[in-house]
Amino acid sequence: MIAGMTELRHKYLRHHKKFPHVWCSGCGNGIILGAFIRAIERLKLKKDDIVLAAGIGCSGRMPTYVDFNTLHTTHGRALTIATGIKLARPSLFVITVMGDGDATAIGGNHFIHAARRNLDLTAIIINNQIYGMTGGQASPTTPYGAQSTTSIFSNIEHAFSIAELAVAAGASFVARGTVYHAAQLDKLIEKAIRNKGFSVVEIMSNCHVQFGRRNKMADPVTMLNWFKDHAVSRDEGTSMPPDSLHDKFTIGILADEDKPNYIEEYSKIRKRAKRN
Amino acid sequence: MSKSKSKKSTIPDPANPPDNYWKVRQKLEKEGKKLFVQKIFADWCKACSICIAFCPANVFGKSDSGMPVIIDPDACTGCRFCEYHCPDFALSIHERYSDRRKK
Repeated sequence: MIAGMTELRHKYLRHHKKFPHVWCSGCGNGIILGAFIRAIERLKLKKDDIVLAAGIGCSGRMPTYVDFNTLHTTHGRALTIATGIKLARPSLFVITVMGDGDATAIGGNHFIHAARRNLDLTAIIINNQIYGMTGGQASPTTPYGAQSTTSIFSNIEHAFSIAELAVAAGASFVARGTVYHAAQLDKLIEKAIRNKGFSVVEIMSNCHVQFGRRNKMADPVTMLNWFKDHAVSRDEGTSMPPDSLHDKFTIGILADEDKPNYIEEYSKIRKRAKRN
Repeated sequence: MSKSKSKKSTIPDPANPPDNYWKVRQKLEKEGKKLFVQKIFADWCKACSICIAFCPANVFGKSDSGMPVIIDPDACTGCRFCEYHCPDFALSIHERYSDRRKK
């Protein structure tokens, strides 16, 4: 039987202290938090074995609400602190939650180098295409031609594709999902946590207050429908004509390969060094 | 609140429920339709109207303040879209069993 959300929120959330949460009405972060606790329920992990670290931004509020070991770290440095935790206690499941600006702008180098090292971490990157908390400035993932506080006519910069950046940087598991496809999202997060190596889940989320209001999508329903129309699975994408794909993005698992991860390699080096 | 009416139903007045409610419900259970109970936790709800807009069976209606109200509980198919997409953890769907115990 699928446990209802009432049981799950009583089991995994700090429901008696911190709720209702601070996110805006209809914010995608809440949907992602729900998918995350459903994934933890599927994995049947102990609450003490999980560490959730987050950076700054709306997504940085997430550790406040879950009843695991949690850390709210400095801007862009969630992965560095997670690296330290993982190296000190390799038995823990270390998960980081970052926003798009947190992961690719302020902590951009930490992100690509964590992927290159193939550390055994899980990075959940919430991509809402804007700096939501600070007032709607253009972020590295704001699409070309979109409006924001710092690009009032239109954005002349081109957007990062976080998932493809992670594939190129060498992450062993990369997936992309949207908040509309919430049932798929908990499978993706579950697989990402199971994977031994650096796993990235990029989640397209809605910020209808800062992004949508300036781009004719001022309510969550319109934004969720936008995700529904513009997301294509990998199989659909190959059969569609390439002209129709210019404003669409691929969802699902984009990369899944076995690589020796940093923690295993480091323990081998330690054994060799101690023998001599 | 008959079955043909279930797509376009109005908010039933709680003071005088429709006369044939129990009969309709017993008939649906005999036909083998799974029934679900929807719970809205109003303290946490922020009235984003995702559940109202996306429900395939039009179970929810909107009150004057924008909050969701359950207008047609028997139409629910148990797809759990609203439960999975509620950003405020304010909704939960459970299977509803018959009030009378089966022998």
